[in-house]
Amino acid sequence: MNEKLFVIPFVAGMALLFIILIVKGYKWISSLSKIDRLRLINALKSRRILQSAKDIFMECLIHRRIFKKNMVLGYMHMSLAFGWFLLIVVGHLEAFVAEKSLAVPFYLPIFFRFFETGKEFAGSKIFAALMDLLLLFVLSGVVLAWSKRFYKRLFGMRRTTRLQYGDQIAMTALWLIFPLRLLAESATAHQFNNGSFITQTAGSLFFNSNTASTLALPLWAAYSLALGSFFVALPYSRYMHIPTEMLFIIFKNAGIKLKKRTNSFTELAIYSCSRCGICLDNCQLNNAGIKNTQSVYVLKSIRNKNIDDEQLFNCLLCGKCQVDCPVGIDLTSLRITQRIESTLQYNASYAYLENQATTKAGLIYFAGCMTHLTPRIIQSMQHLFELAGEDYWFLDKEKAPCCGRPLMLAGQYDAAAKLIRNNTTQIIASGAKKLVVSCPICYKVFKEDYQLPGVEVLFHAEYILRLMNAGLLKTAPLQKRIIYHDPCELGRGSGMYEIPREVVKNSGQLIRIKNEQEHSLCCGGSLGNLKISQAERNLIRDSAINEYLSYQPEYLVTACPLCKKTFARNRNMVVMDLAELVLEASDEFIKRKKLKGNKVTNIRELETLIQS
Amino acid sequence: MEKEQKHVAVIGAGIAGLHTANLLAQSGHKVTILEKEKYPGGHLNQWHHLFPDHSSPEWIISGLLDEQLQFDHLKMISSTEITSIEKNNGHFAINAGNELRIYADAVVISTGFKLFDARQKEEYGYGLFKNVITSADLEQSLKSGQPLTTASGKTPSRVAFIHCIGSRDAKCGNTYCSKVCCITGVKQALEISEMLPETEIFCFYMDLRLYGSKFDDLYLQAQKKHKIQFIRGRLSEAAETHDKRLQIKAEDTLSGRPLRMEVDMIVLLAGMEKNEAHQMFSSTKLLELDEHGFFKSKNIQLTRNETTQPGIFIAGTCICPMSVNETIENAGAASILVNRYLEHQQLTNHHE
Amino acid sequence: MNEFAHLVSRPSRQIDYQTFDNRLLAYVLRYEPSFLTCMSCGGCTATCSAGKLTDFNIRRIGLMLRRGQTDKLAAEIDKCMFCGKCSLVCPRDVNIRNVVLLIKKESTRLHAENQKV
Ligand SMILES: Cc1cc2nc3c(=O)[nH]c(=O)nc-3n(C[C@H](O)[C@H](O)[C@H](O)COP(=O)(O)OP(=O)(O)OC[C@H]3O[C@@H](n4cnc5c(N)ncnc54)[C@H](O)[C@@H]3O)c2cc1C
Ligand code: SF4
Ligand code: SF4
Ligand code: SF4
Ligand code: SF4
Ligand code: SF4
Repeated sequence: MNEKLFVIPFVAGMALLFIILIVKGYKWISSLSKIDRLRLINALKSRRILQSAKDIFMECLIHRRIFKKNMVLGYMHMSLAFGWFLLIVVGHLEAFVAEKSLAVPFYLPIFFRFFETGKEFAGSKIFAALMDLLLLFVLSGVVLAWSKRFYKRLFGMRRTTRLQYGDQIAMTALWLIFPLRLLAESATAHQFNNGSFITQTAGSLFFNSNTASTLALPLWAAYSLALGSFFVALPYSRYMHIPTEMLFIIFKNAGIKLKKRTNSFTELAIYSCSRCGICLDNCQLNNAGIKNTQSVYVLKSIRNKNIDDEQLFNCLLCGKCQVDCPVGIDLTSLRITQRIESTLQYNASYAYLENQATTKAGLIYFAGCMTHLTPRIIQSMQHLFELAGEDYWFLDKEKAPCCGRPLMLAGQYDAAAKLIRNNTTQIIASGAKKLVVSCPICYKVFKEDYQLPGVEVLFHAEYILRLMNAGLLKTAPLQKRIIYHDPCELGRGSGMYEIPREVVKNSGQLIRIKNEQEHSLCCGGSLGNLKISQAERNLIRDSAINEYLSYQPEYLVTACPLCKKTFARNRNMVVMDLAELVLEASDEFIKRKKLKGNKVTNIRELETLIQS
Repeated sequence: MEKEQKHVAVIGAGIAGLHTANLLAQSGHKVTILEKEKYPGGHLNQWHHLFPDHSSPEWIISGLLDEQLQFDHLKMISSTEITSIEKNNGHFAINAGNELRIYADAVVISTGFKLFDARQKEEYGYGLFKNVITSADLEQSLKSGQPLTTASGKTPSRVAFIHCIGSRDAKCGNTYCSKVCCITGVKQALEISEMLPETEIFCFYMDLRLYGSKFDDLYLQAQKKHKIQFIRGRLSEAAETHDKRLQIKAEDTLSGRPLRMEVDMIVLLAGMEKNEAHQMFSSTKLLELDEHGFFKSKNIQLTRNETTQPGIFIAGTCICPMSVNETIENAGAASILVNRYLEHQQLTNHHE
Repeated sequence: MNEFAHLVSRPSRQIDYQTFDNRLLAYVLRYEPSFLTCMSCGGCTATCSAGKLTDFNIRRIGLMLRRGQTDKLAAEIDKCMFCGKCSLVCPRDVNIRNVVLLIKKESTRLHAENQKV
């Protein structure tokens, strides 16, 4: 019998894997929309392919983003992926040099030591040493992976994801591949002296000449079998994310985005998840004891086609999981897309919206539904408009429909479109040049989903900062320690972090805290979650407040009526909106000036003078 | 056998504390009342007239204080806030913020309640809109003897009373009923109506809880003689109009339709809450609090005035919301339990 | 024909507790138990963004659901804009948006089921 036959499991497994990958890849690419396919072709032809290559290298091999989050976890992923990759590359080089040909059988570099028993060639010693070193590198990753299962804390993660059948096979195979390779190479090294510092040492440690010659072939066969099993199980396991992620990166760099309906790009995103579990740790639902609705579980349920509303809608859509996802999946959009799919059949009839009166004005203020329950914000905004001498129209003072964003968060885009259409008509008809909103939920939708040619959409923080820069609003920083809480829809949702902070800095002492900006906390009140109970919301809120309290702030300033209302229910902190803070700082300015006997210069000052 | 005199410390000189102290002094115990404020009487000092009989709170307070004069073994220390209680060998050390320390054989806590801070309900505009006031503010105003006016000095032509502010509301964390605010609202509505017969008055309620024996008479009177309107619906929010009137939104749930109305003045019937004393005295785990943050009774049926700590008793509204006459009755019950405890102690000490 | 005939209990002057169709109610309560605690205060209706623009009464919808009067419910609920203001004022912390979502979901399902028959 030809002893070379032991390579068959590897060869067969590899072939099967290739076929499956090609079929899947073809399906994904061919089911893209025409325009996305064009995007892809253009990207492949342009320099963007280099970018993709670089991203694939950085993310799939080096795992840069995991490194950023956690060094040990990053090293583990890198040693496995990058180490294995180098083994393959260097292994091929070694084979090419040894055979002095590029046409070597494709299994040869994999089982090189078995076939090349003692031939000297240029640099053979160096290659052997290098290969040993790389094997050591990979093995260190394997050891870490083993211990990760046992000591999760080492990796800064409280929980790892639960395993499935395909996963178990693939994982066991993966864990065995490199130890088996070490043993096989050591046995051969002991026989033929073709190893280097590790395999040679291990060989004389584990084997005598007898055992080495009887065990070598079975060990090589086991190694081949482990490889083969891994390849066969791969498409049915979490490791499918490895090839998928590469394609995902190419798609993403081509400018393909998640759509409002699921398509092959959605599927690609879903399968790109490595189930690393990083998103689990970021999720504040943990504080409420909710343990099965986080992104990684939702992706899994979607893959298994058993997602239900209780899971899908139990998420704050805060986006905290997304910032650290090493694959860079747009997790909130993905969940919203699923919500859209699940609510497609629902109706919404807003026939009552027809024919509402408009008012001509230069500026429109849209407070939004929630803000009507925080009259202090409304009053502050009105003060500011008067101060700036605006000719403004308070669009939703009496009655106006919602902005549409809450419907979108619930997945009902068609319904939202009806509100958007109605509001757009009103805004355009007023002839306004500016639309100012004080609610980030409204801001996001006005900015992203409304088409308002000629109208500038401004968040109140931007508007306020302009007034400050124009000298219309003068403030004196209060002697108060202030934490600024980033509302999810404004920060992660719209990328506005610095403008409100500028405003706070002009009005008091801004304290910097650990969880801010991209990593800021959710207040727990989010409209994105339709399932969470109030008691659970309170737990999320309180854990956020307790974290803030550890900085001993005097004010908690936010820029969202919903955050404000949510935080105010915990009575341990003074909570206020940015607009309120600014007016307090403006009063302070006037007070200080009056002390010095100065004259008044702006409307706000006059007003305060008259009142006092 | 000569009875040795025992010392009881009473914390809080509201009507509950004053009455308990008098009864205990009458039984021959040495009593020390400790009061945070300069003057005794507690919340009653702030009220104009009391439901259900429009009697004067001063009369009640001065009656209780006059009684004190009979006992030279009763002492009152005012301007002294008690911050903690310690237990030592069945005796108690009571510590004040000002370094004072008092020892006693038994303690009665009668530290009362705190009025709910209506600014918590931002949507009602208290502290923001000048014509939104609380029932406590209205008592002050009535007490001043000045005719009731809006912030700009006009006679209000329409006043709305809003029930259940800070009570029965999960949003403020208080899910219980404060009991006295419905009847306070009716009483105040009557008083305004008597003072300003032209003024229209509306009461927005979720349930009318006029539980006392004479309370429904006031309700009847309010409807019959004063044409006060009762609307079943909870206010969702108030907004200020440009002329500083208030626009309110509620649903008239009985007709099933949303209701909007402009009024000149809103009176928020603020509820009763736990206060700092509850927090301070329970922080050492000596005492337990109930689910609403008030002191927990050993047995809510039989021994309402006993805490979970033998020797420490509770009286009045530090247990739960109560009216004046209930507080007085409750204080009486407390004194009986304290007596029983001290007598029992005397006996066991004697036998030892 | 009434499009939501599948939800009709029986047209009558009385609320007939013997025959009422409680499928929708049971579904809503199963997934949103906070709906049990509504005390019909009307706060939600008073603040409702849709209720400001049209004849839409979210409290009454809840009441009708609890009384088994579900015939007009599915059409009525379509007026809601999901703004969440109602939940923000509710003194009993009823998760009203989820109640709306559940009514939509189950009545859509019942409707489809009815179409099949
Ligand atoms: C708006 C309103 C109107 C009302 N109108 C009426 C009415 O018309 N008729 C009626 O029957 N009832 C009325 N009530 C109820 C009435 O006010 C109470 O029944 C009464 O005040 C209860 O008395 P108390 O002694 O238990 O508590 P309190 O009156 O609160 O007295 C407690 C005392 O303890 C003191 N204290 C607190 N903490 C400490 C401490 N740590 N150390 C020392 N001292 C401390 C306080 O200073 C205070 O003096 C009304 C209540 C409200 C809210
Ligand atoms: S979604 Fe991202 S962060 Fe979460 S498990 Fe998947 S890859 Fe990791
Ligand atoms: S969006 Fe927020 S709540 Fe939802 S899974 Fe991610 S971190 Fe958790
Ligand atoms: S007494 Fe009346 S107003 Fe006060 S909490 Fe009870 S029901 Fe509400
Ligand atoms: S606000 Fe809450 S308690 Fe009041 S009617 Fe609406 S759902 Fe019921
Ligand atoms: S969510 Fe619907 S029912 Fe609730 S206030 Fe908004 S429109 Fe009204």
